[in-house]
Order: sequence, then C-alpha cells, then structure tokens
Amino acid sequence: MDELLLRSLTPGVLGILVRRGADFAAAEDAVQDALVEAVRVWPAEPPRDPKGWLVTVAWRRFLDSARADTARRRREDLVDEEPAPGPASGADDTLRLYFLCAHPSLSPSSAVALTLRAVGGLTTRQIAEAYLVPEATMAQRISRAKRTVRGVRFDRPGDVATVLRVLYLVFNEGYSGDVDLAAEAVRLTRQLAAVIDHPEVAGLLALMLLHHARRAGRTAPDGSLVPLAEQDRGRWDTASIAEGVGILQAALARDRLGEFQAQAAIAALHADAPTAGETDWVQIVEWYDELVGLTGSPVARLNRAVAVGEADGPRAGLAALAALDDSLPRYSAVAAHLHERDGDLVTAARLYAEAAHRARNVAERDHLTRQAARLNTRLRH
Amino acid sequence: MAKYLLLKHYRGAPAAQNCVPMDQWTPEEVTAHIRFMQEFAARLEGTGEFVDAQALAPEGTFVRYDGEGRPPVTDGPFAETKDLIAGWMVIDVDSHERAVELAGELSAAPGAGGKPIHESIELRPFLAAPPTVTE
Repeated sequence: MDELLLRSLTPGVLGILVRRGADFAAAEDAVQDALVEAVRVWPAEPPRDPKGWLVTVAWRRFLDSARADTARRRREDLVDEEPAPGPASGADDTLRLYFLCAHPSLSPSSAVALTLRAVGGLTTRQIAEAYLVPEATMAQRISRAKRTVRGVRFDRPGDVATVLRVLYLVFNEGYSGDVDLAAEAVRLTRQLAAVIDHPEVAGLLALMLLHHARRAGRTAPDGSLVPLAEQDRGRWDTASIAEGVGILQAALARDRLGEFQAQAAIAALHADAPTAGETDWVQIVEWYDELVGLTGSPVARLNRAVAVGEADGPRAGLAALAALDDSLPRYSAVAAHLHERDGDLVTAARLYAEAAHRARNVAERDHLTRQAARLNTRLRH
Repeated sequence: MAKYLLLKHYRGAPAAQNCVPMDQWTPEEVTAHIRFMQEFAARLEGTGEFVDAQALAPEGTFVRYDGEGRPPVTDGPFAETKDLIAGWMVIDVDSHERAVELAGELSAAPGAGGKPIHESIELRPFLAAPPTVTE
C-alpha cells in the first residue's frame, strides 16, 4: 500500500471532480471517502489504474451524497449532461487547487489545514496529530475553510505568493505525529513546481531541500540542538544538497530574484562549505543585503548582523545589531554570541540567560540555558 | 498556529475591578457567568481554535521532597500567597494578537450585577517543538 502514491493522486482526482461540476466541499469529502476505501481495498486488489479507480469511486460517493441532498433533481441533471472524461488538463486542475486552498480569504492556519487535506490527501486525524490539536478542532478548521472558499471561482489563477507562503508554513512546522510536515511540504512544493514554471517556486523548493538536507545534523541523539558550526557535516544529505543547488542555479539564471531564491542562496552557501570555518560569509552578507532589499524583514536584518559578525568581526556585528529593535525574537541570543566572541563573557552570559527566558521552543531554551551555564561556570573559575 | 494557556486566577492575580465573591451573586448572575464560559468555549470549538479546557478544584496540596524520612506534603511555599487557579483553557490561534483578543473577552465574563468581572487572565504561550529551520 503506497500511501505517498495515493496522496500524490489526490489533487488530480479532486480537480477532476470539481471540473465535472461537483462543488468543492462535497468533492473534497468524496475524495476523502475514496482514499479511505483505497486503503482498505488496495492491499488485496491493487488497481491497474490507481487514479482512474479513485476518480470512479470518488465520483460515485459524490453522486450518493448528492442524491441524498435536497438538490437531488438538479444534480442528477448535471450527471446526465456530464461529458465523457476527455483528455485531462491535470496540471491546471492541480494548480487551481493549490490556489484555492491558499486563498487570501483564509487565515494562515485554515489555509494550511485545507492544503494538507485537499492537496496533500492527509486525513483530518493526521493533520490534527501533526498540529497537536484535537481532531474535532481540526475538523472545524477544515470545514470552516471549505465554507469560506465555497463561493470562490475555480477557474481563475490565484496569487502564487500566497501558495508559497502556505507551503513554507507547513515546512516550518517540523515533525510530529505520524506525518513529517517538512517532508510533506517538500513533496507538495515539488508537485507544484512540476505544474508551474516560476522561479520563486523553484527557489522555495531549493530552500526546503537545502534545509531538509541538514536536518539529521541539527539535533544530537538526545534531541538537543547542535549549532550550525558544530554540526557533523557528514550527516548532511549530499544528494538533497546537490538537487537543491541545481534547482537554485537554474532559477537564479532566469534573473527574477525573489525572497525564497535569496534565502536558498544563503542556505546553499552554508551547505557548500566543507567546514564551518570555510563558510563564505562575505557572500552570505551580500545575499542578506539582497534579502533585506526584497523584504525589509527585521528577521533578515538580524540574520544579516550575525553574518556581518562572522565576515567582519564581532564589533561590526554588534554595530549592525545596534540599529535593530531589541524585542525581536532571537535578538538577545545573537547579541550574546557576538559579545562572547568579542571577549565580554559577563555580558554574554547575562544575554544568554535572557535569550533562554525568551525562547519560543524547548530545544532552543535548553540550548541557550546551557550556553549561559557554560559561561557562568567559566567566570566562577 | 500558536498555542496559549489562558489561566483564570482567583487569587494571586491583581484584584478584579468587579471583585465580588461568586457566592454573593444572585443565582441568575451565576448562571449567566457559567453560560458565558460555555458559550465562549463552544464558539472557539466552532472556529477551530479550541484545544482543551478544565476547571480545577480550589484545594491544592504542595508536595516537596524534604530529605530522607521527612513528610513530603507541605503547606505550600508561602501560605499567605498560595496561588489559586480556577481553571484553564488552551487555545490554538494564528497570532498573539488573537490570543490577547480572546483573553480580553474571557476577562469580560459577567459577574455581580451582570457587569464584567475585569478578572486578570494570565496568557502563557506554549513552548513548542523546534521548527525545521533553526539557522
């Protein structure tokens, strides 16, 4: 039973149902039913044409529920008029589904949930587990999302930037439950890149592949964080890095720079360095300049200060930092690191402790607490 | 997509503006308060922002290891400031602004005279699992 195959077929099947005239919410329910049925039936009787099988079962489910509906008469007319399945414009259907699920009228969490369910083919239970919320909560989120996009016309291209934002949100959720959201985001972005020719889609895919490639090195066996400079680069996935770099280079060659390409370029420079000491920080600073120019993002400015600290020394990094708002997440962690490199251990220890206090996740808090403890122990001796 | 704990304090928080003990309210006021809480939770279930809610009994016991053979149950760290949490709700929302908005609504639960209690609701973000991208 190939669950990935099943899920990769989902958007195409859903797109066909919608194109045949099913409204989005009903089509989506029918496809979910068909997926459940496939999981039950396929191990014993694998279909020759999995997609055809899913379309047939889902369409039958849709008709069953439509018949039970008050709008029965109208729907049956619709079926009578239904044209024989012609050559599929599968790519367009898939693309429209991405746009619909990331529609700007949806809140970020609703767009994420709907994308995972309708495009990703995940069950409500899997999505709920991944986000650590009750299944009923996730079911509500999805059905509200479906209601929100009910009136949206399915035949107009949407804004690719909103789709990319949603996929990046999924990617950044990491891993929990039996679904690896980062891997899922890579899969969905890959699928999107196959149907749309856009340098930023390629940029996001490259960025995800490059980050994902380094995941094994990012945590120690006990779950604690390993900073980039101390990571065992032998544990990085070189095939993923090579793929990411290749995709990025092709995208950059088109000379339509966007924020994801710039971020991917930075990730590629880290991934390319054989050792942390050989990192090309000067070029990384230049890419951060591009990124700041594109987004004006305070987080990009903060990361730029780190890079400046590596390229031109801690004093230069601290000068870059001084221009920023100290309430930014990770500001004190960055300041602590720069002060330590500058030799001011007392200030660094205090800032590490402050950074630990402000950390947003457990691994980061523990890591920063250890840094503060390390310096305080040294200062006592 | 960030989880927050909303804590209702009965003691240990700044005094509410409309601070009349619940047993001094009219039965209708008590009913209105409870209905407000139920409707608040139900509404968040509807928006897909509800994670969990529980009420707590007022009695708490402090337990602390005090060395071999010494009784572990104590009277609390400082009896006179012993905190009392009435209950909690966990929400999962898109932003901190939304969490603040909801905590503000909860703080306006009706009390004596049908007027909002102005109770301080403590809003605590959950520490999450690390995100995929860390550098």
